[in-house]
Amino acid sequence: MAIFNLNVNGKKTQVDLDPATPVLWVLRDHLNLVGTKYGCGIAQCGACTIHLDGVATRSCLLPVAAVGNKAITTIEGLSENGDHPVQKAWLEHDVPQCGYCQAGQIMTAVAFLKNNPHPSDEEIETAMNGNLCRCGTYLRIRAAVKTASKS
Amino acid sequence: MTTVKTTINRRSFIKVTSLAGGGMMLSFNWLAGCKPTSQEILALPKEWFELNSYIKIGENGAVTLMSPNPEFGSNVKTSMPMILAEELDIDWKNVRVEQADFFPERFERQFTGGSQAIRQGWKILRTAGATARQMMIRAAAQTWNVPVEEITTEAGTLQHLPSGKKAGYGELASLAATLPVPEEVPLKKVKDFKIIGTSRKNVDGLKIVTGKPMFSLDHTQDGMLVAMIAHPPAFGMKVKSVDDTAARAMPGIKDVFTIKTLADEYERNGFDTTSFTELVVVAGNTTWEVMNAKKALVIEWEKISDSHIVVNGWGGKQTVRIPAGLESTAGHKAQMAEMAKKPGKVLRKDGDPEAAFKRAAKVIERTYSAPYLAHNTMEPVNCFARVTDEHAEIYGPIQAPESIMQTLVARLGMPKEKIHIKLARMGGGFGQRAYGHHMVEAAVISQKLKAPVKLVYTREDDMTYGIYRPTYTATYRAALDEKNQLLAFHVKAGGIPETPIHPNRFPAGAIDHYLAESWSIESNITIGAFRAPRSNFMAGAEQSFLDELAEELGKDPIEFRLELLDRAKTNPVGENNDYDPDRYAGVLKLVREKSKWQEPQPNIHRGVSAYFCHNSYVAEVLDLVIQNKNPVIQKVYAAVDCGIVVNPDAAANMGEGGIVDGIGNALYGEMTFQDGVPQKTNFDTYRMIRQVEAPKSIEIHFVENETDPTGLGEPLFPPVFAALSNALYKATQKRFYEQPFISGLDQGFAD
Repeated sequence: MAIFNLNVNGKKTQVDLDPATPVLWVLRDHLNLVGTKYGCGIAQCGACTIHLDGVATRSCLLPVAAVGNKAITTIEGLSENGDHPVQKAWLEHDVPQCGYCQAGQIMTAVAFLKNNPHPSDEEIETAMNGNLCRCGTYLRIRAAVKTASKS
Repeated sequence: MTTVKTTINRRSFIKVTSLAGGGMMLSFNWLAGCKPTSQEILALPKEWFELNSYIKIGENGAVTLMSPNPEFGSNVKTSMPMILAEELDIDWKNVRVEQADFFPERFERQFTGGSQAIRQGWKILRTAGATARQMMIRAAAQTWNVPVEEITTEAGTLQHLPSGKKAGYGELASLAATLPVPEEVPLKKVKDFKIIGTSRKNVDGLKIVTGKPMFSLDHTQDGMLVAMIAHPPAFGMKVKSVDDTAARAMPGIKDVFTIKTLADEYERNGFDTTSFTELVVVAGNTTWEVMNAKKALVIEWEKISDSHIVVNGWGGKQTVRIPAGLESTAGHKAQMAEMAKKPGKVLRKDGDPEAAFKRAAKVIERTYSAPYLAHNTMEPVNCFARVTDEHAEIYGPIQAPESIMQTLVARLGMPKEKIHIKLARMGGGFGQRAYGHHMVEAAVISQKLKAPVKLVYTREDDMTYGIYRPTYTATYRAALDEKNQLLAFHVKAGGIPETPIHPNRFPAGAIDHYLAESWSIESNITIGAFRAPRSNFMAGAEQSFLDELAEELGKDPIEFRLELLDRAKTNPVGENNDYDPDRYAGVLKLVREKSKWQEPQPNIHRGVSAYFCHNSYVAEVLDLVIQNKNPVIQKVYAAVDCGIVVNPDAAANMGEGGIVDGIGNALYGEMTFQDGVPQKTNFDTYRMIRQVEAPKSIEIHFVENETDPTGLGEPLFPPVFAALSNALYKATQKRFYEQPFISGLDQGFAD
């Protein structure tokens, strides 16, 4: 066990746990931030995507000991009221079906658009390719990212 | 105006006074952490007045509508309340939607699956809405002392034109709630619909995009333990012994034990699992700790012996043999090839097919096959349970709560009144979540631990637990006469452990000499419903064969199907043909028009397919191009006749999903076995369709009619398998008989 001082969604927080614990489970089990989802545990599906200093990162394989001073942002920290342009675009296109993968999709899209504010359709597809959606909402995800890129 | 007797919906009018006002029996704080959605324009009222199980109206005019069925992504939580709101005649923006608990004394048919939620809920929900509206009207008539017939409603307002009196529903709700339930109520005409047929956003959209807790996997409670299970690594194996010394010593671990989830002599219902019922359980404080301790278990497994289980499912009560043995995919393929050669069980015979095949100038025979599929919902199996001596609370993803209630009653030895099932939003269902074994497991674990428990499957546990889509094979034969006319048609299909065939479906009824046969092979690998069961294979096989047949006959594939449908309409062969040839032809004609089928484009390879299942008709055209030696799906056109569409944009979303899902499973979906061990355990080996592989665009056209709604969640899925294989043929000049098609694409294409 070890103590870690984390910066999660702009708030300082302290946890005392096994240094190997993936950030996914720190968020879900210790900090009750359950918007970040468990899908595969091997960084294949993207449901657990968070931002580490703004960079989209799979939290299921990221040990808490590796976070250091980097700021963690989760879906809960993206906006106060769901009014981030990407969230608004998601609502406009009514993207979700079951909704389980969508937090991860949104976190990937936000980080991507920060680096590439005016992407081509092909760049959007490639950027979003790591996030599985079992319901098959891929076309709406694409459209929502495009809309967000225009706002 | 049609009227409907309220007796069809009697249970929704039974007042359960202890619950009036919206109090829930459970200890969950259901609204914790939820911000109001944009729909909630009106503030929460001081008091709710319950008109029936589905509808509560506040004194300020706010309306709560209960969504009865479990939500797994088909958006019933929006569309079912839309039906209530339509007949109640209220403004959608004043509606709050709540997920109903499983409560069969108050709600009818709380089952989501088989594309039946809207179809079966249609009349019930309309009646509930219309009855509440009548009670509002009667309250106004009584208050204003005017005839009932003179009162009109609009968007939550009552009006008496002759006197100019007007009131909101909220003002009269307290009186309306005390009035007797009218025996007969009028329903709206379809042309007067204001909400049904208009697109309304997902009522949970904001919660989803802000990451609010919505799934049972997100649930937590004071004192809650996390539990994981270890099930046998292979079908055909069971637990022999467990050494838990190392696991028990690991940090955060509370207990390790073995459970039996169903008694050996237990008579299973249709949605009870036939997978592993003896499991090793590790329970502890946190998911990560339990996950690690599970890896430290030392379990010795042993082979099972032959056994029998009794299943009282849809086909009535039957004894099913579970054979011993460690099965492999190679062995399955050999067994299926063997069975396909033998005569099957005749399910339908028209004319004299044997004689027709004997005198045929030419016989075309093709065999199609498909592997087992895993559902792979994004949310792994999980369930929360708190079971005490007095009461059981179960909160988890479940499509068929009624079935699992029976199992819980039997296993926990508690009357159903003491068992409360709360319906979690499901992170996907696809049929897998009809099987509620996880609810029994969580309940048994909680009972044993005397603590609230959240059972969590790892992805690997989920993917290797079974309940797969079966593996199937179908052999089609067509007899042609010397004039190259279709003389006879023969389909023989089987699988492990069930046949996929629907003997009375198209093209039965359109051909004089027709034979349908089935076969099946026993297995200990467990199967279950998977989006459009059986149709999800047969559509691909049949519609690929018809494509090849049309080519052989020198006919346009759409024209060929239309000719057959015309025959089935004007001079049908046999009886019990289970489709309407007009509606079938209607979607083919619509997709032909919308896709501009008769104007082929250079370098675009097109395939067409049409299928009827779950009471709906769908025709699809798929366009692909070859880029960098790979097929790229440019566009899919779908024409859909599913009757009235309640929420068109959401319906299109689900249709798009069905098409993407179908393409994904056709190209990549496959579970294989070696010595009983599932060979794919996670998304690194089980290939799922991804963003870049999805079609560039999808266009869905709904046939406009006034037919009551039929299925939608499944019918777009099966036909796309063949639209794809037929387009791949155009691109490669090679027919695709074996799924997943990717196995036939490894050489790539010429550009």
